[in-house]
Amino acid sequence: MTIAATRAESSAFVRTLDTVRHYPLATLGALILVTIVVAALCAPWLWTADPTALAPTRRLRPPSEANWLGTDHLGRDVWSRLVHGARVSLLVGLAVAVLSVAIGLVIGLVAGFIRWLDAVVMRIMDGLMAIPGILLAIALVSVSGASTFTVIVAIMVPEIPRVVRLVRAVVLSVREEPYVEAATAVGTPLYLTLIRHVLPNCIPPLIVQATYICASAMLTEAILSFLGAGTPPTIPSWGNMIAEGRLLFQIAPWNILWPGIALALTILAVNVLGDGLRDRLDPRIAKRM
Amino acid sequence: MWWFILQRIVATIPVMGVVALVVFFMLRLSGDPAAILAGDTATQEQIAGIRTALGLDQPIHIQFFTWIWQIVRGDLGVSLFTGLPVTTLIAQRLEPTVMLATTTIIFSVIVAVPLGVLAAWKAGTWIDRAVMILAVIGFSVPVFVMGYFLIFGFAINLRWFPVQGYTSPFVDFARFTNQIVLPTLTLSAIYIALIARITRASVIEVLNEDYIRTARAKGQIERRVLFVHALKNAAVPIVTVIGLGIALLIGGVVVTESVYNIPGLGRLVVDAITRRDYPIIQGLILFFAFVYILLNLIIDLIYTMVDPRIRY
Amino acid sequence: MKVDRRQLMAGAAATAATATLGGTGALAQAARPSGTLRVIPHASLTILDPVATTGYIVRNHGYLIYDTLFAMDEQLRPQPQMASGVEISQDRLTYRIGLRDGLAWHDGSPVTSADCVPSLTRWGRVDGLGQRLMSYVDSIETDGPRTIVIKLKRPYGLVLHSIGKLSTNVPFMMPRRFAEKPTTERTTADEQIGSGPFRFVRGEFRPGARVVYERNPNYVPRSEPPSNAAGGKRVNLERVEWINFPDPTTALNALISGEVDYYEQVPADLLQIAARAPGVKTQNFNPLGNVGMARFNHLVAPSNNVGVRRAIAQALNQRELLQAMIGNADFLRPCFSVFPCGTTFDTQIGNAIMQQGNLDAARATLRASGYNGERLVLLATTDIPIQTAMAQVVADACRRIGMNVDAQAMDWATVLQRRTSRNPVDQGGWNMFFTWWEGADLLDPVVQFALSGAGERAWVGWPNDPQMETLRSQFAEAGDAAEQKRLADAVQARALEQMYQVYTGMFFVATGFRDNVSGILNAPPFFWNITKRG
Repeated sequence: MTIAATRAESSAFVRTLDTVRHYPLATLGALILVTIVVAALCAPWLWTADPTALAPTRRLRPPSEANWLGTDHLGRDVWSRLVHGARVSLLVGLAVAVLSVAIGLVIGLVAGFIRWLDAVVMRIMDGLMAIPGILLAIALVSVSGASTFTVIVAIMVPEIPRVVRLVRAVVLSVREEPYVEAATAVGTPLYLTLIRHVLPNCIPPLIVQATYICASAMLTEAILSFLGAGTPPTIPSWGNMIAEGRLLFQIAPWNILWPGIALALTILAVNVLGDGLRDRLDPRIAKRM
Repeated sequence: MWWFILQRIVATIPVMGVVALVVFFMLRLSGDPAAILAGDTATQEQIAGIRTALGLDQPIHIQFFTWIWQIVRGDLGVSLFTGLPVTTLIAQRLEPTVMLATTTIIFSVIVAVPLGVLAAWKAGTWIDRAVMILAVIGFSVPVFVMGYFLIFGFAINLRWFPVQGYTSPFVDFARFTNQIVLPTLTLSAIYIALIARITRASVIEVLNEDYIRTARAKGQIERRVLFVHALKNAAVPIVTVIGLGIALLIGGVVVTESVYNIPGLGRLVVDAITRRDYPIIQGLILFFAFVYILLNLIIDLIYTMVDPRIRY
Repeated sequence: MKVDRRQLMAGAAATAATATLGGTGALAQAARPSGTLRVIPHASLTILDPVATTGYIVRNHGYLIYDTLFAMDEQLRPQPQMASGVEISQDRLTYRIGLRDGLAWHDGSPVTSADCVPSLTRWGRVDGLGQRLMSYVDSIETDGPRTIVIKLKRPYGLVLHSIGKLSTNVPFMMPRRFAEKPTTERTTADEQIGSGPFRFVRGEFRPGARVVYERNPNYVPRSEPPSNAAGGKRVNLERVEWINFPDPTTALNALISGEVDYYEQVPADLLQIAARAPGVKTQNFNPLGNVGMARFNHLVAPSNNVGVRRAIAQALNQRELLQAMIGNADFLRPCFSVFPCGTTFDTQIGNAIMQQGNLDAARATLRASGYNGERLVLLATTDIPIQTAMAQVVADACRRIGMNVDAQAMDWATVLQRRTSRNPVDQGGWNMFFTWWEGADLLDPVVQFALSGAGERAWVGWPNDPQMETLRSQFAEAGDAAEQKRLADAVQARALEQMYQVYTGMFFVATGFRDNVSGILNAPPFFWNITKRG
């Protein structure tokens, strides 16, 4: 036991190197992502001005020493907004990923085990899946008012059915395994069976799924802003910056260029990381995908 | 077979029911469009009058059942703003969207399947890496950003294509082709990425199967192995993803139609949402859901044709 | 292309009465009708009844297909349009309006007084100015097929101003069978029959995408040169197509590439791109401009406190607001009157409070008002850039003077619903929202609905101010210009003392058009007199 532990520790560095060598793209993605997360966490120290402070008389200034990336149409500092925007995008991406996976996991586990509920739940999920996600999201934000919370909920709802299906598929394949049937036969309570035997099987594919959900949530947030149904304009998010900057595309390109690059890069990093995780955590899916 | 089809059709009824419920009650979360209909300077009395005239003051469950009863009779209702039947409005806008979706699917498949096969064939090489990086980029660039860059480059600077608009191919085919190129390119990016990835993965999986190894060992020509054996057997997941991608496509259509000013269904529904024109929103979302379910049903049937191992 | 500064400044600086580079009518007279004018309108046309709703886009649609009895010329004097003239009795109680020759509906039937009477009454039930007129009216009747007789209970100076009203709701004349509809019912796409210079092409109507009009070959224009909505409406185009563009960048690009001919409202930020584009001209055709407004709810706390309203007004800096809303300095004009600057009733009375933008003074006023941290709910529009900018600047200023600001972001459709709530803010109520009006709708105390102090019957925000209503009635009945001027001054003093709303300044919108298009008349967009070469 102790020997094994020591060996694991001593070779941690080697294993890391190994991972980097095998998954160079994923490592790059992780590095980009870490940089962006650090920037988001340290945003208050990184920004050079209050990202929401208006100065209409200083609008659309090109990049300068005072405003590294110029100012937007209300005279706000683009650099500071860019750094703050990382917070919003990551928050939306993470929150949607975590919430939809958590909710989907619970629904999927329950549906997979309680047979009479299964049919009802799956019909509801089929119904939700049949509604185009972006339209559902636009409608939800429009009718319930724009806030970061409603945007998160609106993007999350269409993702849930996909998670439920994934979890349910795992449950159905695990349910017939002898050790699970044995556990049920000796009278182990359902929730214990779920936690001990089923959950561990769901985790790897869910982690992979979560990264993809995270990436698509950030993309959807930007699309919602583009369509005027995103986070409130007072919140400096990349989606809002791109949406507001698109009118000025040909006059003040820094307004759309930097948030556009930041958004694409972040999504790229998350996607690449997801691919790497998939290859490592879930070879079965990796082979299928 | 016929029994299977019937079963599947019956199974769509509760699903459509769920869609109807969700759409109807979600929209009622925020008031009604009477105030919008009346305009900026309307008084309270005018708004109340309009509300009564439209039946928006009735209890919500009555409104719901009235609507469901209409749908059962094949009537999607009348737009609150234009007073035109929703079916007419959908019919007016259907063609551009169908055309755009069709060109996108065709173009995507033509580009993505060979790319995916190539990447699978050369798995692990720089070609494979390059294709996969391109695919991830396709996933990561917002549709409208792609649209603006294409317009700026090809329409404004190079002047190869018009900036915007749609002409029916039945009216002027040359003009249609000219106008549809950029929107198709824009919308295809994400779809190509999706199909290329799935093709690569499916083909790699098939290439590892015993019978392919046998075929290769027997010295069959590589190209024949790839396109006859591997691709044929990888067709099921590829067809699946094309079907699932329809939902994705509808999302992309909404944005692409805005950027290129194509008068299709995507814009119709977004405009209706901003005005709370309930009958249009409800009717269109039901319509999209119906198309989605129908297409997936058709795809299930195609399975049985492309993959004789699947039986129902 | 060039921005015609002279035209712009004429509009902005001189009075409305002198804002004219007219004479355009004479140029076009010889031209033969030809061509299609492809137009990008400022909004999409869905509702088609210009009486049942107030949207500017519906008004513009109305001017294409309908005609009016009287119409405003560029000096804002009502001139006969469908009317051949008017006889006013000695006691000023009876108006006999005759219809001129050659008037016919698009379906071929003649226009009669029996159509015009219900058209007037229907409009009079809806429009603010119309309602006021109707309160003086004893009866509106026909006297034979060609004469309309309006009898008043007591003399009223604004009869012809009302039925010649320039902006929304315009009293358009409709065939009797449509004019008899209740105001809550709207005319449909199949019922777009007027007697105006263009006809609505029903078969090509794609709501939200395209509206097509064709020349009405049977229209008989007046012989006078065109002047605003008055004078001869000569049509030099075969067709006018409205094509909706959801994206302004795409819209401008289409104008630059020549795919459209006329872009009604080019966003100010895009004008410098238009300036570089060959073949594109831009010009402001609306000298009366637009006026931004931050409207208070006078019913609920904290904005029911006049001290709070005045503190906010003091805190706001109009130049900053305009910069945020418009940006392009050539297209904005600080204006500290409740009436559009440069028009007849523009005055400085009582406006010191609007000119400060002084946060310290505002804080002092706020303290004195007894405000103790109640939540101030702003309905912050998200989908109309000018309103979004206003909301952000106002929220920022209110925060800086120490108010507890809750800027609730929502789309315009939601604002329109939420603002009808008269509840306190914690039950879905509101304190402020943001919009703008065309200058033409703000010209005097009666026409400006935002100055109504009629409580429930006032514009949303519902100031209940009998003193104001007395002043407005006196204005409506005033005998001469001097009297009107005195009363308008009193109305402004009262409005600013009570701070009905903060006026956030004037701005102008340029129309972009191809250089082969000429003869565009001053706003609201009219499509007669326009010629498109080759």
